[in-house]
Amino acid sequence: MQFMAILWQEYVLFKGKFWSVTTGSMIGPVLYLIVFGWGLGSGIKVGGGAYIDFVIPGIIALTTMNLSFGTVANDINIARLYSKTFEEFMVSPVSMLVYAAGKITASAFRGLYSAFIIVLLAIVFKAGLKLDFYFIMITLLNCFVFSALGFSVGLIINSHGDMAKFTNFIITPMSFLCGTFFPLDKMPVVLKEFIWILPLTQTSLALRNKGEDMQSMLLHPAILIVYLIIFLIIGVTICKKAE
Amino acid sequence: MIVFENLTKVYGTITAVDNLNFEIGKGEFFGLLGPNGAGKTTTIRMLNTLTAPTSGSILIDGRKMDRNVTEVKAKIGVVSQHLNLEGEMTAWQNLELHGFLYGLKKDIRRKRIEELLEFTGLSDRAKEMVRTFSGGMKRKLMIARALMHEPEILLMDEPTVGLDPAVRRKMWDLMKGLNKNGLTVVLTTHYIEEAEILCSRVGLMNSGKLIELDTPQKLIKKNGEFVLEYFENGETRSRFFNTRQEAIDSAAGMDGSVNIRPANLEDTFIKLTNRKVEN
Repeated sequence: MQFMAILWQEYVLFKGKFWSVTTGSMIGPVLYLIVFGWGLGSGIKVGGGAYIDFVIPGIIALTTMNLSFGTVANDINIARLYSKTFEEFMVSPVSMLVYAAGKITASAFRGLYSAFIIVLLAIVFKAGLKLDFYFIMITLLNCFVFSALGFSVGLIINSHGDMAKFTNFIITPMSFLCGTFFPLDKMPVVLKEFIWILPLTQTSLALRNKGEDMQSMLLHPAILIVYLIIFLIIGVTICKKAE
Repeated sequence: MIVFENLTKVYGTITAVDNLNFEIGKGEFFGLLGPNGAGKTTTIRMLNTLTAPTSGSILIDGRKMDRNVTEVKAKIGVVSQHLNLEGEMTAWQNLELHGFLYGLKKDIRRKRIEELLEFTGLSDRAKEMVRTFSGGMKRKLMIARALMHEPEILLMDEPTVGLDPAVRRKMWDLMKGLNKNGLTVVLTTHYIEEAEILCSRVGLMNSGKLIELDTPQKLIKKNGEFVLEYFENGETRSRFFNTRQEAIDSAAGMDGSVNIRPANLEDTFIKLTNRKVEN
């Protein structure tokens, strides 16, 4: 019941900001599609296909990452440091696991909503996008992984300025380097190995996998699940003492 | 019912709460008093699990408190010092969320919301966003919220701060009524008059330590029931006496105007902490 209470609150807040959330979710992807799809990408071929078809899974990966991470990280940070609404949940009879699950799920859904908007935009931009169960599962996993990371970061960081720094130093580089806008093969070997293990790279690779390699198809979600479990354990542990 | 065992909280080099050991019984109206920085809020935050103790523990009904002791937390209502309502939700939605979090069934939630909004005089504003409320209205809504799940223990950290005198007195009646019906109330306040009127027992804290623990009447008696006030070297000074006659005798040889009156808890408080309380 407490889990549903947290989702209900997030739904109420989402409903109140529906148009600003929706239009806000569209700005980034539309710009990426214009610049990298129509603009720079119009004359580029990747793997024999149009660049826009290549870049859309990358845009879905990075946008769902940004929104899933940012929504919960900022909400919790503000709730702890400014509005103090975090206290209402900490004094209520909600176990920290349920609280974490509720906040992470709500933020992951926000990420998923942005993915839905990008799919609609992809249709408008006439991009080739193969939507199947695997694609949706990977997108959802990506949302949960970064939402769980955002949950932990929102609890650890004690100033809003430092939240922006975390985004600048960790999230933004991942947005551009994790196989989102160009194939990983273009990276120097040493860097490539490191980037390969990052969760967003796993998502980018998985979203572009067309079923040709079963081992990779299983490996990507397995790595994402490991990240999710690690971030969840960290988040729940910190939440027991966070103020 | 509530047991503090060697409770200590240290922030860096500062000991905010220093080895507290005392008990609060079921049905008590207990006040925790002290000057700014005495450790009252830290103590109450440890009691409601918002802050983890550095050492020692708090037991409620025999259970050691931490954030995952959900069955004990369900018995506690909390009114924080901060106005921690969700501003982007209506008053009704804030109460609904609270009822939902405490596992109340839908029909009970709706009934309690109606009763509490009526009780706090907020029924007309139920559907308005909380961010549009005045400080006093938010404070009333926080008290309504804390009572939603009919707690057995009510923890209030400066609950009447920012309220005008008329509303504050209405709040006192409300708290007295709740305590009369069996609710255990733990209160921190800067308004010593408030503690004297409401509390059956008070604990006086200073520099993180509990320096006195007794009923307001006994504390006043112990430290002198009559106070002699006089002005000297630019400040008002006080002396305490057990009888009015002793105070009169002492004042006999003084120059300038003096005032002799029965001591109240604030006099005792200032004598014990040797500090002025600033609201």
